[in-house]
Amino acid sequence: MTNGWVDMKNTDMMLIMGGNPAENHPCGFKWPVEAKRTRNAKMIVVDPRFTRTAAVADMFCQIRAGSDIAFLGGLIHYAIENNRIAKDYLVHYTNAGFIVEKDFKLPDVDGLFSGFDSEKQTYNRASWNYQGAGGKSPAPPEAKPGAPPPLPPLPGTVDFDPTLQNPNCVFQLLKKQYSRYTPEMVERITGIPKEQFLKAADLYTSVRKDGDMKKVSTIIYAVGWTHHSFGTQIIRTAAIVQLLLGNVGRAGGGVNALRGHSNIQGATDMAGLFDSLPGYLKVPTPADASFADWMKRITPTSSKPAAWDSFNYYSNTPKFAVSLLKALYGDAATKQNGWAFDYLPKVDRNYSWVQMWDDMYRGTLKGMLAFGMNGVAIGPNSKKNIDALKKADFLVVGEIYPNETSDFWRAPGTSTDEMKQIQTTVYNLPCAGFAEKDGSMTNSARWVLWKNTAVPTPGDARLDHAILAQIFLKVRELYKKEGGKFPDPILNLTWNYSYPSSPPLAEVLKEINGKALADLEDPATKQQIKAGQQVPGFAWLKDDGTTLCGNWIYSGAFTEAGNQSARRDPSDPSGMGVHPAWGWSWPANRRVLYNRASCDLDGKPWDPSRKQVWWSEATQKWVGNDVPDFKADSKPKDHMGPFIMNPEGVGRIFGPLAAFADGPFPEFYEPTESPIDNPLHPQQTHNPVVKRFKTPDDKYSTPKDGYTVVCTTYRMTEHYHYWTKNNPMNVQLIPEPFIEIPAELANDIGVHGGENIKVSSIRGEYIAKAMVTKRIKPMMIDGKKVYQIGFQIHQGFRGITEDEGKDARTLANTLTPTVFDPNAFTPEFKGFLVKVEKA
Amino acid sequence: MSQATLRVQKISGHAGTVPGEDTQREFTVCKLVDTTTCIGCKACEVACVEWNDMPFSQTTFDNTYQTMPDTRWNYWNLILFNEHEREDGTLQWLMRKHQCMHCAEPGCLEACPADGAIVQYTNGVVDFQQDHCIGCGYCVTGCPFNIPKFNSVTKRMYKCSLCTDRVSQGLEPACIKSCPTGCLHFGTKDDMKFLAEKRAKQLRDHYGFDNAGVYDPPGVGGTGVIYVLHDATKPELYGGLPSNPTIPLAVKFWKHPLKWLGNLALVGGLVGLFAHYLRFGPKAREESDLAPKEGD
Repeated sequence: MTNGWVDMKNTDMMLIMGGNPAENHPCGFKWPVEAKRTRNAKMIVVDPRFTRTAAVADMFCQIRAGSDIAFLGGLIHYAIENNRIAKDYLVHYTNAGFIVEKDFKLPDVDGLFSGFDSEKQTYNRASWNYQGAGGKSPAPPEAKPGAPPPLPPLPGTVDFDPTLQNPNCVFQLLKKQYSRYTPEMVERITGIPKEQFLKAADLYTSVRKDGDMKKVSTIIYAVGWTHHSFGTQIIRTAAIVQLLLGNVGRAGGGVNALRGHSNIQGATDMAGLFDSLPGYLKVPTPADASFADWMKRITPTSSKPAAWDSFNYYSNTPKFAVSLLKALYGDAATKQNGWAFDYLPKVDRNYSWVQMWDDMYRGTLKGMLAFGMNGVAIGPNSKKNIDALKKADFLVVGEIYPNETSDFWRAPGTSTDEMKQIQTTVYNLPCAGFAEKDGSMTNSARWVLWKNTAVPTPGDARLDHAILAQIFLKVRELYKKEGGKFPDPILNLTWNYSYPSSPPLAEVLKEINGKALADLEDPATKQQIKAGQQVPGFAWLKDDGTTLCGNWIYSGAFTEAGNQSARRDPSDPSGMGVHPAWGWSWPANRRVLYNRASCDLDGKPWDPSRKQVWWSEATQKWVGNDVPDFKADSKPKDHMGPFIMNPEGVGRIFGPLAAFADGPFPEFYEPTESPIDNPLHPQQTHNPVVKRFKTPDDKYSTPKDGYTVVCTTYRMTEHYHYWTKNNPMNVQLIPEPFIEIPAELANDIGVHGGENIKVSSIRGEYIAKAMVTKRIKPMMIDGKKVYQIGFQIHQGFRGITEDEGKDARTLANTLTPTVFDPNAFTPEFKGFLVKVEKA
Repeated sequence: MSQATLRVQKISGHAGTVPGEDTQREFTVCKLVDTTTCIGCKACEVACVEWNDMPFSQTTFDNTYQTMPDTRWNYWNLILFNEHEREDGTLQWLMRKHQCMHCAEPGCLEACPADGAIVQYTNGVVDFQQDHCIGCGYCVTGCPFNIPKFNSVTKRMYKCSLCTDRVSQGLEPACIKSCPTGCLHFGTKDDMKFLAEKRAKQLRDHYGFDNAGVYDPPGVGGTGVIYVLHDATKPELYGGLPSNPTIPLAVKFWKHPLKWLGNLALVGGLVGLFAHYLRFGPKAREESDLAPKEGD
């Protein structure tokens, strides 16, 4: 989230889309309700179904799953046409006035941006750049033999038009791009009647009525946006809406991702993804020959209009990278050996979730450690994943209950003979539940919160990280004994914990925070820290090997003052939900990101009743109720941009160069399986860079084959993923799965509520009772009547009722396709095609 | 309730009468359920089952998110889900926390023939005392909200106790504590009425619910559970909340005029018996009474 849960109470307007927080985040949902109760805030819910969230909303629009970009693009069009935009904010805090390269082409004619290579299904993104000052653009670096031609850098000084009139400036291109997203087009694509869309657009943009800048609106989303083959671009469209309306950086505003589990944010921060290192440092690739090469590639240089200033905070990347390598390899990381850069794995291609299972299916991935996740249930195309595990040599499952992954070999439909053929060795290790371990969790609001152990692990169960530590120690022992191709990264990995076989997590957090390896002094304040002391924050990190830090964004979480994430002071002096001494939030205990943008050009808050930070003339510093997200002494007249993490210093309405794989502006593409051709450009229906898989288990439904019903999947309040089907209380609340279908569809197939129906995609089928409801209506999509249905993912073939032999069934994800978003690599769980029949 | 112990008795440095002297100041407790902010998460259902240590029972999917069709002897708190299409075509998904209403004039208590099986405390809580319950089920006829439920094993009646064990210690009921959105409130009846009316006014003034109002039906003397409804003119939409609940006439007659008639009949019978005895003396046993009958 740019903002945070508690901050939502400060809002005047909410657009909740691609998420169902009342259902899936009921505790956090108290803050949207608080905004309604105390500020008369309005809530618009856009969802494929009338959800529990919709039940308390002020307006509901039923959207076809996967058509979100059309809705949001329509919102951009509406805001521009009706002048419901934040003009000053737009000119000074975004790249709206930046001039774009002349060669850049919008997808308005053929659905393709400039530079598409149809053979490789990728874009050459050289033209997706700003134009350098005076029309001069930097040349790309020399191509290495055999490697694809490298992209040019961003120009250091960009051409700029503060009037936003230049036809090639970002704002004019934006206007042109979304001029096609008329209310009529929105209706054709999304199924939301034009009048209803206009009402929603009017309501949402009403915060900028008559140029008023006081009010704030927020956008709240979850995996309903990420689970698409264009998920990142949906979120981009939302970001553009919020920049256009001047809502980013402000209390009660922002673009707010609701993370699905208590510590998903922490998992991503700590590099739970194959393409990042802790703190979102980009992984090295084989093309990075040395540490210097790697740094040159991933350290941006500023790119801005001549008269402006840009902090370009990522210019500090080498400090974060060297400190990380010092944390990983200690004394073995020296300036001479490029801080042990060679020890880091070089990532040569995509190793994301779907790809990993595909690798196993193809036999190149031989084994898996599955801890804290139910792999075959959670990924798309369960049958393919089960088939993949059948081919693996070994599977280690660390869980508190047996689940569908540990028991993949007895999935419904597997005969005894087939079971005998499966050679995979499965090791089940009893692990610890959440109440049985301490450590920190990072919530959606980026708040790092420490928890204590409540109960000991039962029986032979062990802490997950202790098991992993013991595996590591054993592997290291083997390397010590037997050598090997390249033992150095294993042998030199630091492991300085008081209990190596079960590292105390507080020591791990201290390592993540970082410490000084030599006496250090801040030249500005003369403050000193001694060698061995914890660093107070990432501003202290050095690129000369005198600091170590496991994750720069967490620097400040465990300082000499103690474990900051364990703080529990509920006080909130400003009354704005900042709670500065409750836990600790990254970065630098800052609660609202980019909060410099909450002030006008002179450094005065847009809304004096919601003061976050401001420029203090007296102290010549930025001060405030929150920690200023800015260079503390940069005077307003210096015009430093508030988006300090971008090399431009401003918010990106246009995402230049390599920022996105599929376009610098979001364009609406149909889901991989869609009931119609794309009304914007029928010749280019789908996201052009999305690739399909080609194994025998990878098939894709089409309307021609009779798959005409749009289907989506979701989670229920009553259950937690695949876990609570082992808890009688949850089973009592929702004893069995059901499929929500419109009353009209039930009528068509002659089914009453509570009777079994069969939903099938080309990949498999799913049978459960029908819930016949008025909460999903038939839709008119591009003149065609289209039904939409949905069901929950929670049940499977292990659990209380499953084990009683009453209820074992295939997994919900048997139906979903193997295809993913080209930027974040998230699978498309939402908006696929099925058939619905009476079972 | 703990506040009940805070009655002013003496005041230091004070001449004249003590304010409130000789008056009985009892706070009536009340739950406020704001149906307009209920998200149907069922946290209150879980809290109720867990705090009251109730055994689980089997449920079956029945074309609804609702956990079960009605409350059970071991399930006192149930969110009712109702889909409602308004005249303008827009949909409402109404969710209401259904439980004992703790009526000021409780029909169950009126109907109950067993001494001490149902009590009403001074704070307004109506509580079943299973030790004295005879399982006759008359309380069901007395209740306009269909609350008391029979346990066929213990042969006793059960319902929400308003967590008397918690409330008597100054705590809120378990359901209130668990509510994540703040749709549930607990306090004195006066405070809850104030809050409820304020919220209803906000709904009328800012959210276009012209008929928003508070449900506190006078037919049962007002209730210890009050609702804020989007449309207070149609409480039936919220899972059959009666618009004007009253204690059934039969119960009223049975316990009042009919009871006296019954007593009269009983006493009259006894008087008649005595008069008969005086007039005719004891019944003489006839020989045939002692003779064995055929088939014995």
